[in-house]
Amino acid sequence: MPRAARLHSSVSEELEVIAPSKLAIENVSKSFQSASGTVLALDRVSLDVAEGEFVCLVGASGCGKSTLLNIIAGLEKPDSGTLRADGKPVTGPGRERLVMFQEPALFPWLDVFGNILFGLKLKPNLTRSDRRDVAKYYLELVGLSRFEHANIHELSGGMKQRVSLARALAPNPRVLLMDEPFAALDALTREQLYGDIQEIWEARRKTIVFVTHNVREAACLGDRVLLFSPHPGRIHEEFPVKLPRPRDINSVDLAAYATRITKALKSLGQTAAG
Amino acid sequence: MKRFLLASAFFAVLLLLWEAAFRAKLWSPVLLPSPWQVASYLKNAALDGTLAKATVITMRRLLIGYFIGLVVGLPLGLLTARWKLFGDTIGTMALGLQTLPSVCWVPLALLWFGQTEAAMLFVVVMGTLWSVVIATETGVRNVPPIYRRAALTMGSKRLHMWFKVILPAALPFIVSGMKQGWAFAWRSLMAAEIFVTILTGFGLGQLLHYGRELSAMDQVIAIMLVIVVIGLLADKIFFSPIERFLHHRWGTSQA
Ligand SMILES: Nc1ncnc2c1ncn2[C@@H]1O[C@H](COP(=O)(O)OP(=O)(O)O)[C@@H](O)[C@H]1O
Ligand SMILES: [Mg+2]
Repeated sequence: MPRAARLHSSVSEELEVIAPSKLAIENVSKSFQSASGTVLALDRVSLDVAEGEFVCLVGASGCGKSTLLNIIAGLEKPDSGTLRADGKPVTGPGRERLVMFQEPALFPWLDVFGNILFGLKLKPNLTRSDRRDVAKYYLELVGLSRFEHANIHELSGGMKQRVSLARALAPNPRVLLMDEPFAALDALTREQLYGDIQEIWEARRKTIVFVTHNVREAACLGDRVLLFSPHPGRIHEEFPVKLPRPRDINSVDLAAYATRITKALKSLGQTAAG
Repeated sequence: MKRFLLASAFFAVLLLLWEAAFRAKLWSPVLLPSPWQVASYLKNAALDGTLAKATVITMRRLLIGYFIGLVVGLPLGLLTARWKLFGDTIGTMALGLQTLPSVCWVPLALLWFGQTEAAMLFVVVMGTLWSVVIATETGVRNVPPIYRRAALTMGSKRLHMWFKVILPAALPFIVSGMKQGWAFAWRSLMAAEIFVTILTGFGLGQLLHYGRELSAMDQVIAIMLVIVVIGLLADKIFFSPIERFLHHRWGTSQA
């Protein structure tokens, strides 16, 4: 770690790889009122995520994946059920659990560096220069050092997602929640990001809950893939993925997993339609 | 450079046409003085200090009134966006009063405050205030909820949320409201100065008014030119840089 050695001590402390969280979700239900009546977005969902585990949630759109992620983030309150992070009940949002949202959520009034600094400025006990060093470290981690002072609208879709990732990583959360972060990107950019995210996950040791509707992507990234069924949203089936890392999205072994999950997803669609 | 030359040529031709119209005696010289007469009025007024004094008086009224309008309007706009009660009351009132041409405040200001500086300020404040309230409210309401949510997860709350997320996100709306407020304030102040002679100060509008009383067309046209130039300068010096920054940051196309 030649770079870390050069840094101020409080910075290296801040950049330390910290223990990821364990999540315990028990019987969580959530419904929404809409014009067409009450929608049961989640129906008694239970899920344990181990420290440092990479869990992928797949399912048709509208089956409650984002809702579950928002509940874990503390942005939504479940109607019933409990959610604990490392044994402590989650009562609201907190920088232990940071989110990469489905929609673009970078702040257009700040440049790239300002966006990454945003969460750091809200952390106590960091000096100005500490924050800058930390932000630079994450900018380098996502490979965008050259774009420190770029405006958000000047970035490509893939670069925006890298900045979002750096912004979510910078306050050193224990859990990273990612809601279809690569859905809007072209295939080539996505493949590169699959490699990068696995690398970063190994380096920074986060617990990751990753939502996607791309089955292959889920099999590539997850230690486990959870298949959601819609109306009401439930966890239908669980697929552990036992492949060595780093995984290549185009590998044959991975395709076998993807085929199994896709089959289950399709049969779900048929029962729902029937 | 080419654009500058073309623009200069345009104004030169305009001046030439004016001079030609004057020479051709299309209108009586009392109604249409030559550009030279206007220029010489400007020169004299500049040398004897009339112009500077009137400009200072007018600008002081405008800036103080505008500043009050902003300082009151911004928080009011935030309140109306944040609480239904304020939205239903002050928000509705602002919406109504904003449609009122700001000149219409002049008679009321005169009756309430008499021939005083307070009347002038009142008109300027009323011109500014409602636009700012409405723009701030609209801006805040249009902030995408995702920004709030992202900020919440990073630990932003209350005042930090207002100052570091909601206000900056609403800035494009707020700036266009400020610009509109400025235009309304400037127009209504000119109207007020033309209608009202007050002893505490002789502004540009009053110079314009006396130009008419004396049938001094060179004075009338000269003062009109000064008013135009001040409007242009305010735009170029104050609003253009802010708008350029916004376009640059947000990536919206240059309007
Ligand atoms: N804020 C909300 N208000 C009303 N209905 C909502 C809201 N959020 C989600 N829903 C509904 O809940 C269901 C699950 O939504 P969501 O969690 O976004 O699904 P997914 O992310 O799996 O596509 C959908 O039917 C959606 O319409
Ligand atoms: Mg979703």
